[in-house]
Amino acid sequence: MRLRRTMMFVPGNNPGMMQDAFIYGPDSIMLDLEDSVTMAEKDAARLLVYNALKTVDYGDTEMVVRINPLNTPYGKKDVEAVVRAGVDVIRMPKTETAEEVVEVEREIEKVERELGCLGRTKIMAAIESALGIVNAYAIATASKRMMGIALGAEDYCANLKTQRTPDGDELRLARETIVVAARAAGIDALDTVYSNLNDMETFRREVEYIKTLGFDGKSIINPRQIEIVNEVFAPKEKDIEKARTILAAIKEAERKGSGVISVNGKMVDKPVVIRAQRTIDLAIASGILKKEEVL
Amino acid sequence: MNTLEERKALIEATAQRMGKEIHTESPAKATEPRTALQHESPKLVSLEEAIRRTGLRDGMTISFHHHFRGGDKVINMVVAKLAEMGFKDLHLASSSLIDVHEPLIEHIKNGVITRISTSGLRGELAKAISSGIMQEPVVFRSHGTRGAAIANGDIHIDVAFIGASSADPMGNSCGYSRSENAKSICGSLGYALPDAQHADKVVILTDDLVPYPNHPASISENLVDYVVEVESVGDSSKIASGAIRDTKNPRDILLAQQAARVIINSGYFRDGFSIQTGSGGASLAAVKFIREEMLHQGIKASFALGGITAHMVKMHEEGLIGRLVDVQSFDKVAAESLKNDPMHQEVSANEYASADEAGSATHLLDIVILSALEVDVNFNVNVLVGSDGVIRGAIGGHPDTAADSALSIIVCPLLRGRIPCVVDEVTTLITPGSSVDVVVTEYGIAVNPRRPELAERLEAAGLKVVDIHALAQRARRVIGNPAPLPFGDKVVGVVLDRQGRVQDVIKSIG
Repeated sequence: MRLRRTMMFVPGNNPGMMQDAFIYGPDSIMLDLEDSVTMAEKDAARLLVYNALKTVDYGDTEMVVRINPLNTPYGKKDVEAVVRAGVDVIRMPKTETAEEVVEVEREIEKVERELGCLGRTKIMAAIESALGIVNAYAIATASKRMMGIALGAEDYCANLKTQRTPDGDELRLARETIVVAARAAGIDALDTVYSNLNDMETFRREVEYIKTLGFDGKSIINPRQIEIVNEVFAPKEKDIEKARTILAAIKEAERKGSGVISVNGKMVDKPVVIRAQRTIDLAIASGILKKEEVL
Repeated sequence: MNTLEERKALIEATAQRMGKEIHTESPAKATEPRTALQHESPKLVSLEEAIRRTGLRDGMTISFHHHFRGGDKVINMVVAKLAEMGFKDLHLASSSLIDVHEPLIEHIKNGVITRISTSGLRGELAKAISSGIMQEPVVFRSHGTRGAAIANGDIHIDVAFIGASSADPMGNSCGYSRSENAKSICGSLGYALPDAQHADKVVILTDDLVPYPNHPASISENLVDYVVEVESVGDSSKIASGAIRDTKNPRDILLAQQAARVIINSGYFRDGFSIQTGSGGASLAAVKFIREEMLHQGIKASFALGGITAHMVKMHEEGLIGRLVDVQSFDKVAAESLKNDPMHQEVSANEYASADEAGSATHLLDIVILSALEVDVNFNVNVLVGSDGVIRGAIGGHPDTAADSALSIIVCPLLRGRIPCVVDEVTTLITPGSSVDVVVTEYGIAVNPRRPELAERLEAAGLKVVDIHALAQRARRVIGNPAPLPFGDKVVGVVLDRQGRVQDVIKSIG
């Protein structure tokens, strides 16, 4: 199970940050060629990102690059460069339709075919407009390569003719739509960034909120946000214990060949088992449990 | 038959037997009000007069302290006066020299200063010396080694010039002032105390001449020959800012967290432990994490040593640290605390870190957190010479605390921009690897193979312990192999070890 609790944005024109990003332990690093890079620097940034992917040892961190849209002069070059560099995921900005995903996939395939690694590169789409939200499920299922969809709140709010508020009422529908579309498509859902680094309390509340909604994780802009997200997403000891009891009961029942299982007098059905398994997976992935402790 | 007159013969005989003179009459009693008399103290003279009366001659050794750090005004003032008076060929022995001492370059070129002993060099002065402007190499010693050298005669100080934030006309001096006219504050005068104790002549310069008695005093009048009132001895705002400011640099925070976890799981984090930390962002942040854990586990420290910071003062005031042992106050909060709190005590460089004194505080130190410019795969540390070969730092108490403490932790990023900080061999050997226990980088923690038990404890606690060779390799992979430095053949610096032996030399460059 790959965790995507934190996807850290790193400007694609900042070599120092690109080199260091890994040390803070984000689950994914997103090197940005789009909004954080001015037009004059697009080519230089692409070269930097290519070389960073080729030379820096990012360990197990999932490497994502946000490309420029294909309808700009940079998009196709971005795809070619980062696929050649072996990126894990291409993140599409401002995705509105399934066709856009298909187009990107086509560009990826061209390069992969040449390299002989067809199917290696995954895609995720950022949805940043009303049209994108309406098309969320179609986007999420537009390609086998899709690994997740994410909300981009700033553009979305502008498009909606509103602005962001601390409580995020304006994002409610978008967030819920994205989670539902992602779950229906069997892929991950990632929430938008929170940019006020001086207000960690509100940030924590927002993370708790989006976790409740069902998101897998959050886009972040600073390493200082990682610990809070990980804390919020870490399964609580009580839940881990409960999950272990349930899974042990399942095993026992399977051994005995008995159909109906109950734990502490409560019937255990399939969703409960799935949730228990997920809790254990998350506990292992977040380093709270060791694999050998579970078996 | 027992009057004084009658005992006269007996007195004479006794005096003769004892080889002593015979009392005649007492000197006339001074009857002026004593407040007026103070200002006629024979010690109170101008700087020029003080210099003249000390008997200073060409070729002699003068000494200074650097407690005002970037705000020091004494060294430049005194050396300019010496130059004006025509002195040549002087040996300047300062506890350290920094950016602000750039004017010394001219005095070196003019032959006023021909030899330097110090703990560090920074800025333009350091660059000039690295380029080879002096005939004689600069001699570098740690703070403890300098104290020991002054005590054992390796450095013989003819005249010590000591800046003080208050002094009375008899010479009782402090690094702070209790008067309302206080102009400056530097807190501890720890590095100047050996100078005061062992120099042939001691001149105090002060910007707050206070009425006698300026007690309790750091430097007693017994040790002082002259007191010179000057406009300013230092700009206290340049010691460091007074407020506690937590770093927001994520890399410093990461390094601090790792260092704190090393300490907490080292086996030395127990009630009554003692600790020293530096003043860098990571060090200060580490203190914050350690504090949280002390509160959590209910552990208290017996003392904090060294450069004392506002963070340490706060923990002391909270009851988490019993005593503060202060050889150098790193900020104004620490300096004020030294002035006001009897449990915050000043110590001399020798009491702090002399290798010659079994009772020096470093010997009783459990944990020290230190920084580094470079660490090599043998755990040797360089804190003096930049990776460009130019002198740009200070030895400070680095080798002293590393060698004497039970656990020495070097906190050092693997990469500073394009500069690798874990290397195959340090540019200059300052602290030998034999005294370094743990190196904390953002890419993992390396434990000296001498301390397998420590590595085991840290691993058991889930810390990422890595081979130091792997760290060096990682740095190389990112940055490549730096080109060899274009050193010249001239020796511009000599590094002495804690026993005063020659440990390394620094070659000219640039």
